[in-house]
Amino acid sequence: MDPIIILHAGLATGTILLFAAIGEIFAERAGILNLGVEGMMLLGAMAGFSTSLSTGSPWVGLIVAMLAGGIISLAHGLVTIHFQADQVVSGLSLTFLGTGLALVLGEGLTGQNPPLVPSFSIPLLSQIPVIGPIFFFDHSLLVYVGYLFAPLAWYYIHRTRPGMHLRAVGEKPEAADTMGINVYRLRYMYVFVGGCLAGLAGATISLSVSPGWYSTQTTSGQGWIAVGLVIFAQWDPLRAALGGYLFGALRRGILDLQGPATLFGFRNPLFVNSNFGFFLQMMPFILTIIALVVGSRAVARKRLGAPAALGVPYIRGERGL
Amino acid sequence: MSTTTPTTRKRTFPYTLQIEKRVEDIPRWLPAATSFGSVIIAFIIAGIILKLIGGQPLVVLRFFFDATFGSWPVISDTLVKATPLMMVGLACTVAFKMKLWNIGAEGQFYIGAFAASLVVLVPLVGPETPRFIVITMMVIMGMLGGAIWGFFPGYLKARYQVNEIITTLMLNYVAILWNNFWIFDRWSDAGFQMTPVFEKNAWLPRLADYAREISAFSGITLHLGILFGVVAAVVVWWILERSRWGYEIKLIGDNPNAAKYAGINITRNVVFVMMLSGGLAGLAGMAEVSGVVHRLQERISPGYGFTGIIVAWLAKLNPFAVILVSILFGALIVAGREIQPAGLSNLLQGIVLFMVISSDVLLRYKIRLVRL
Repeated sequence: MDPIIILHAGLATGTILLFAAIGEIFAERAGILNLGVEGMMLLGAMAGFSTSLSTGSPWVGLIVAMLAGGIISLAHGLVTIHFQADQVVSGLSLTFLGTGLALVLGEGLTGQNPPLVPSFSIPLLSQIPVIGPIFFFDHSLLVYVGYLFAPLAWYYIHRTRPGMHLRAVGEKPEAADTMGINVYRLRYMYVFVGGCLAGLAGATISLSVSPGWYSTQTTSGQGWIAVGLVIFAQWDPLRAALGGYLFGALRRGILDLQGPATLFGFRNPLFVNSNFGFFLQMMPFILTIIALVVGSRAVARKRLGAPAALGVPYIRGERGL
Repeated sequence: MSTTTPTTRKRTFPYTLQIEKRVEDIPRWLPAATSFGSVIIAFIIAGIILKLIGGQPLVVLRFFFDATFGSWPVISDTLVKATPLMMVGLACTVAFKMKLWNIGAEGQFYIGAFAASLVVLVPLVGPETPRFIVITMMVIMGMLGGAIWGFFPGYLKARYQVNEIITTLMLNYVAILWNNFWIFDRWSDAGFQMTPVFEKNAWLPRLADYAREISAFSGITLHLGILFGVVAAVVVWWILERSRWGYEIKLIGDNPNAAKYAGINITRNVVFVMMLSGGLAGLAGMAEVSGVVHRLQERISPGYGFTGIIVAWLAKLNPFAVILVSILFGALIVAGREIQPAGLSNLLQGIVLFMVISSDVLLRYKIRLVRL
């Protein structure tokens, strides 16, 4: 129940959600809702794990994981952008497809020990009291990448020209098209980027945060939590990062409640009967629902957040729905 | 879909695809044909993947047919697996007609099974109660349980515009953990992760029960639940095609703005449709505990709730087509238990769904091969 340990672990598990949620933000900002995050993550986790196992290099593993997530997301892109299929159903099929592929190709990976992404402390910064041990001590490289990535993604979306094009495509594709922006190409591109980041999130699990391949237990619903986080974060990468870290810490803190025999001087019921742990395991999912209610109310109140063309296929030369 | 004019590429292949928007009505046979074609193509793609990873697709296919339609007992197995899929598929059909994305049928199934089991485990009835009464109570409780589990996301959607996809999905995990608590803790049978077997008066009648009279029925596990599925299909069809409520559901699904201006209460419909959908999924859960496992245990569903989504979509949201499609997917589940690698039937389901939604483009556009 040490708060420093809880926050430290929260940053690690939060990094998974950070990558997945920011990937989804890119896709949704371009107007494509991709509900296949769970499937892409699972495929990425499997691809990264098995590549690292066969090549001996976790770096190649990360790259292959990203490509696997990106390539499979293009199926969603093709179906929703060119065939104008319903994005919800297509995203669900992507989940099935990714999960199925991961299970078929991941046969026999359980119990293997590939080389993992290294963890290290940052000199000097890790010496700072309180902050050092939480943020800069013995974290996976990917956690540090996450620190940099979230502000960069924010800057890219809100302050650069390509980021403006991205938002235009998701808010008003007709106008973007008139300005000479290739709506179809950008949508494909950001669906691909979202897939790559989901794949990276998957590999973050299997090669770093909780190493191993445990079939569908590897992701255990975190892809869906990431999709929920996007709404909670109101399509803002920085909020998504904060939400991810907060979520990770809460999750760890709740699980740690099972450890001590007494809590605040009372006998800990969770310690006496471990079956109460099932209620603890429900908490991340219930928290996601609560976060969604909070986020949805904020979105409804401020009338902002969701990209206007989210979920609407763009057909050149036709008026939008 | 944007280009309709042929490009001036080199004509090594002297044909081009001409794509134009359909203005006339869709031919009646086309939706069924696209679904059928989707399944065939999905099998071929899955076969290619299997071949690539070193399997023998034709052997697996042969095995698939033997294991699912090869003899009366296995046909019965297939139908037993198709039974929950029918009800869950109908649950998804009702919700999807309104473009209400209930992905939570899995959780509603578990809570339905839990609530139906309450009748026996609390117990709400005495030990000598006639079977008819026990079963009726279990049906009511199962549907009620599923409906309650559907109510929460429906209410959140109606009241706070909370995305129902995520809430229903999160509640799936909650439902499974909730069941686990009762199975592992309160109702555990001598420390095993299951409840004691129910008394016979809580079992749905099976064909095998009549083996003494008709010897051909011995070992046939097909139970009354399949009739629940068929009746549910008729009811859902009636609601959607013959009732005012169904008209409202379809109008909201097709054009929510028009529905609003027509004075239809969308808020109330969201909650009620979610509850109907949950109730149907809960009924499936009841049929599974009462007709198949006869106790509450872990993993009573190998993902019926998710397969139901594909069933509904492949059936093009037609309640009667749901019956046929669920038999096919029942077969996939039966075969999937034995086919290696284990994820193959998952993979196949994903490809089928992708093929179906891709083929929808044929319903919206005419695609012709034209000679240049």
